[in-house]
Amino acid sequence: MTDVNNDRKETTSNLNIVEPDLNIEHSLYSELSSKFKDKVQLVYTKPNRIKVYVEPEHIIEVAFFLKSQLGLDHAESVCGTDYPNENVIEVIYHLNSYSHEELASIIFALSTKTDRNSSYLPSLLPVFKSVEYHERETYEMLGVYFQGHPRNERFLLPEDWADIPPLKKDFRIKGR
Amino acid sequence: MIKDLINPTNFNLMVSKVSDVLVGALDKPLGYAINWGRIWSLWPVHLETACCSVEFGATSSPRYDCERFGIIEAFGSLRQCDLIVVQGTVTRKMAPRLRMVYDQMPDPKYVIAMGACSITGGLYIDSYNVLPGVDGILPVDVYVPGCPPRPETLIQGCMLLQEKIKRSKIK
Amino acid sequence: MTNKYSESLERKIKETTKLGLDVVKEAAEDRLMTLSVGPQHPGSGHFRFTIKVDGDYIVYCDPDPGYVHRGEEKMCEYRNFIQNIPHLERPVIHDSTNITYSYSLAVEELLGIEVPRRGQFIRAIASELNRQVYTLYWLAIYGIFLGHSTMFMWPAGDRELFIDLLAALTGARVTHAFNIPGGVRNDMPEGFKEKCLEYINYFEKRLKEYEDIFYNNPLFRQRTENVGILPKEDAIDLGVTGSVLRASGVPHDVRKVEPYDVYNEIDFKVQYMKTCDSFARAYVPFLDMRESCNITRQLLDKMPESGEVRLKLQSNPKGLIGEAYKRVESGRGALSYYIVSDGSSKPYRVKISVGSFRNILALPHLLVGSHLGDMPSIYWALNYWPVEADR
Repeated sequence: MTDVNNDRKETTSNLNIVEPDLNIEHSLYSELSSKFKDKVQLVYTKPNRIKVYVEPEHIIEVAFFLKSQLGLDHAESVCGTDYPNENVIEVIYHLNSYSHEELASIIFALSTKTDRNSSYLPSLLPVFKSVEYHERETYEMLGVYFQGHPRNERFLLPEDWADIPPLKKDFRIKGR
Repeated sequence: MIKDLINPTNFNLMVSKVSDVLVGALDKPLGYAINWGRIWSLWPVHLETACCSVEFGATSSPRYDCERFGIIEAFGSLRQCDLIVVQGTVTRKMAPRLRMVYDQMPDPKYVIAMGACSITGGLYIDSYNVLPGVDGILPVDVYVPGCPPRPETLIQGCMLLQEKIKRSKIK
Repeated sequence: MTNKYSESLERKIKETTKLGLDVVKEAAEDRLMTLSVGPQHPGSGHFRFTIKVDGDYIVYCDPDPGYVHRGEEKMCEYRNFIQNIPHLERPVIHDSTNITYSYSLAVEELLGIEVPRRGQFIRAIASELNRQVYTLYWLAIYGIFLGHSTMFMWPAGDRELFIDLLAALTGARVTHAFNIPGGVRNDMPEGFKEKCLEYINYFEKRLKEYEDIFYNNPLFRQRTENVGILPKEDAIDLGVTGSVLRASGVPHDVRKVEPYDVYNEIDFKVQYMKTCDSFARAYVPFLDMRESCNITRQLLDKMPESGEVRLKLQSNPKGLIGEAYKRVESGRGALSYYIVSDGSSKPYRVKISVGSFRNILALPHLLVGSHLGDMPSIYWALNYWPVEADR
């Protein structure tokens, strides 16, 4: 660990640090929070990345606002992560825009959490058509049921899969 | 004396002695001819199992031409093929289909297991969806190691298969 | 559905109006035949989709991937950051530099390190060469799906030149394991630059011959022009990426939009077409290959003469607590990694979002309402590699 720290100090002192201006990210968040007050919560902003947390009840209206007013028109991926310590499964939608040029490099991560043992979330399929197969994969890999999605079925796993969803932390690979 | 010969037991003896002589005379050249025909026209099925299929495609490229050995990938039906090259990892979803394809091929048929993943599971041995080797479901003739094997290695595997076919007996 | 199917159905309804519409519908459903274009098929690769046909028109399509699902994301959690590289390059074995490039960028953000400048240039050169190798294999298979076997032999042969270059650089034909978090493994050998320029000059002349024999071939044009039209709004809505998106009129390329490493110093144009049909989706990778030769020349010019290529890390580096999301333009589209780290030496969650998995959504959308004979040209023009989509 010390070696990595020393190397990092050397390289950073040689470069001219340009503080990245996070104007676009902050302006996106301020527009969002002015409409939704305390239903949204900023997690972090980094250069070209912003992450916002929403409760499952309000996620559809927030997503609709993002699509119609801010111009984020498709989802790049839908990722579910299992946190057994906090007893939640977190599902993150990474949104991006093709039609608005200034937003093309920004990835907006919209995250929501649900209980680990009975996980139900509203599906964002009515808003973004591009999440259809991603949500189906999250269902079969983590067991999160998306209400409103027409086909919550297995997609990549074999037909006779009889075990718990593989990406949960309880599922151990044999021998490890 | 002719009456003695046409006696049933004597006739059987005579026929079996003549057939022994015939088999002894024709077995070697006929077997050689049939095997020669089989060796120089091994047609593999168009079935790609996983990533080694890229090197199998490269074997048909102009540099490592495998058509000069008669190995042309038959893009028609699999009922005309006699070789199945298991290219790469066999997953649990693909395994029943692989067995179905093998059962539909006519005799005589041969199997080459290509790549480390089809021999023992390879790099993916601890994955939840991978079979540890294909020789649990198919009788393998030649194993070609590598990850992925170079095209020259695959051609050497085919030549080993040709040696094996040459030594087999024709019934 | 496109116009062809609804016109034919209207005509049939008019012919049998005495019988009434219900009987026509019932007769139509009776006529439907279910086909399974399965994993053993000359036109599909390691992928299965079920289609229902009514005569010559496709009415329903349902993709069924997963025949090569090897559980990459789960396996990443059991190996540390550097041990993950060999098995992560197997999904796209012939474009392996790009899929490990994105992973290295994300891990470098998590470890908080920066790669030396010469290493960045070598990474970018390997990425461009690998893009050529992938696109040539894709063209070869496209040729053989349509029955044009010369178009299989020529790209398969030319591809060997680039594989030779990569083997001289990295040591292996296809599975390089060359990009690691921290840079690249080795420096370039002597005489690499001259050889690379010589091959690129030869290849640009060959591209003109490809155009003559394949793209200007009247049979190919008839089979792919005005077939499988994906309008611009649909392409944006479905979230497709890569050459499929650029063939529908959206000039989006990750190297231009969010330049990573040294791409902000390179001058190149994003190639796109506005006709939205299958011919455009086949032509855009060809234009990309030409542009890639241009980019490689600039990279070789601007590279610093000497320097470190790799930042040496200790053997089991621990990541900072946090998450990282990085993307790279590969042969199929934007390839992105989302890695969560909890402070230990193994990643907590790795999510790979590949271009093939996003483009598969366009397959039912395009196949419904088209002829059965158009199926190979529509399916393969979507630049779909089944092994990558299953991870």
